[in-house]
Amino acid sequence: MTPALSLRNLRKVYNEKFEALKGISLDVMPGDFFAMLGPNGAGKSTTIGIISSLVRKTAGTVEVFGKNIDTDFSIAKKYLGVVPQEFNFSMFEKVEDIVLQQAGYYGLPRKQALVQTEKYLKQLSLWDKRHTPARMLSGGMKRRLMIARALVHEPQLLILDEPTAGVDIELRRSMWEFLREINAAGTTIILTTHYLEEAESLCRNVAIIDQGVIVKNTSVKSLLQQLNKETFIFDVAGNLQSLPHLNGHRVAQIDEHSFEVEVDKGQSLNAVFTQLTTQGFEIVSMRNKSNRLEELFVAMVNANKDLAGAAQQEVRS
Amino acid sequence: MSLQEQWIAFLTILHKEIKRFTRIWIQTLLPPAITMILYFVIFGKLIGSRIGDMGGFSYIEFVAPGLIMMAVITNAYANVSSSFFSAKFQRSIEELLVSPTPNYIILLGYVMGGVARGVAVGLIVTIMSLFFADLHIHHWFTTLFIVLMTSILFSIAGFINAIYANTFDDVSIIPTFVLTPLTYFGGVFYSINLLPEFWQQVSVLNPILHMVNAFRYGMLGISDLHIGMALVGLTVFVVILFVIALHLLKTGKRLRA
Repeated sequence: MTPALSLRNLRKVYNEKFEALKGISLDVMPGDFFAMLGPNGAGKSTTIGIISSLVRKTAGTVEVFGKNIDTDFSIAKKYLGVVPQEFNFSMFEKVEDIVLQQAGYYGLPRKQALVQTEKYLKQLSLWDKRHTPARMLSGGMKRRLMIARALVHEPQLLILDEPTAGVDIELRRSMWEFLREINAAGTTIILTTHYLEEAESLCRNVAIIDQGVIVKNTSVKSLLQQLNKETFIFDVAGNLQSLPHLNGHRVAQIDEHSFEVEVDKGQSLNAVFTQLTTQGFEIVSMRNKSNRLEELFVAMVNANKDLAGAAQQEVRS
Repeated sequence: MSLQEQWIAFLTILHKEIKRFTRIWIQTLLPPAITMILYFVIFGKLIGSRIGDMGGFSYIEFVAPGLIMMAVITNAYANVSSSFFSAKFQRSIEELLVSPTPNYIILLGYVMGGVARGVAVGLIVTIMSLFFADLHIHHWFTTLFIVLMTSILFSIAGFINAIYANTFDDVSIIPTFVLTPLTYFGGVFYSINLLPEFWQQVSVLNPILHMVNAFRYGMLGISDLHIGMALVGLTVFVVILFVIALHLLKTGKRLRA
């Protein structure tokens, strides 16, 4: 099957000095919901910039559904919709005009452009704001406008660069729902995000990028299976006077009413509860600390830093 | 992209550009009309009546084609340079750069937007001038050719200026320090025959003089210079600047990281 996106040995050197991408290769299959994770400056936005032709690559190839962005750029670009990190529309133009114009740039006839503009503005709850100048929109509305604009030509591959950055929780959840729906309808989605919960909740596959290289490229499921520990938060009745002593478990206080306990994956919690009861702790609630992917992410990025540091040391010596 | 799709993309850019300058008509269409009325009143009626005839025409009839040309040049240039730089500044140019629209369509769309404003302002100024002078078209082809090619040329020049510009100041430097002096010394208000021999030869190096002179020939039928040179020169300059602008777009100079 032809990948929705295929990157081969992608390199980018800025000003002949800084190597932002060090020859990354990646395949994203059609229908996938794919996350690109990485700390600031890892190379995620540069990768998206190259795919969307806003950044000139130093070397390598990019294919969108088998079409090379250099030689078949017209077809490749039609397959692609991009939602950038920063707002990049004219603040003086009206919402409807911004989306209609984008349809025109893709060669959509006026009638079709009007129908699809209405469809996506309605889906993203912006139809009532269609005559409003973009500068009058709230931050969340501006972000939804960029999604509507990216979808108006109905691309098969949608790339979103941190789509929910600075968006409140309610709106973030509704955007997740919308993205799930269009993915279910067949659109391949690639997103970069800082919210690891977002990647864990939405994506099937993930690539972790750090310092211009792909540290890990696997499924979210198999990545999470690598976690051999889980952390649970316990809330106690009344104030926490002292921490419990639990054999073989790390325990840390969170606040005056709760503490966390690290448990090996698959290990029974019965022993933990028995010890807590024996020591007189009355547990009123318990929950899983939802930072599983974050733990892995930090571990991998740190390991990559250690590796890069060691390599530099070797070069110096 | 099929030819039909390219045509739609071109019309979209052109429509956006026309909508932009008509939306802000108080900044774009009204000022040249007022400025030209002032020119006609002061240079035409008040001072012109004391100057007497020039080239067989009243002074107001003599300056009218030059003033129309001046408005066309400055407005065609300003439209593209400010619109394209603004799109670059707000990063809305990325909407076009990520789309399959070919570079030549992007360039043509913006340039024709500049031509639309140049011609629109030219028409407004012509209508204003009819209140002060009795104007006729002596040679239709020359008049229309010069207006169109001049507005195309200065639209492309404005496009190149916008590509290189980093700040809004950079957009105003060329009109203030290059275009305005060249226009004022481009025979708008006088015939170069009034100048000493040396300055006549220096003036011939000013391309705007040829455009103003050829346009005046189209309207009044009088000329200080060879008209053919203006027609050929304009065409050559348009081709050269078009190729340069297209090359800048292709290489992504100051547009793509």
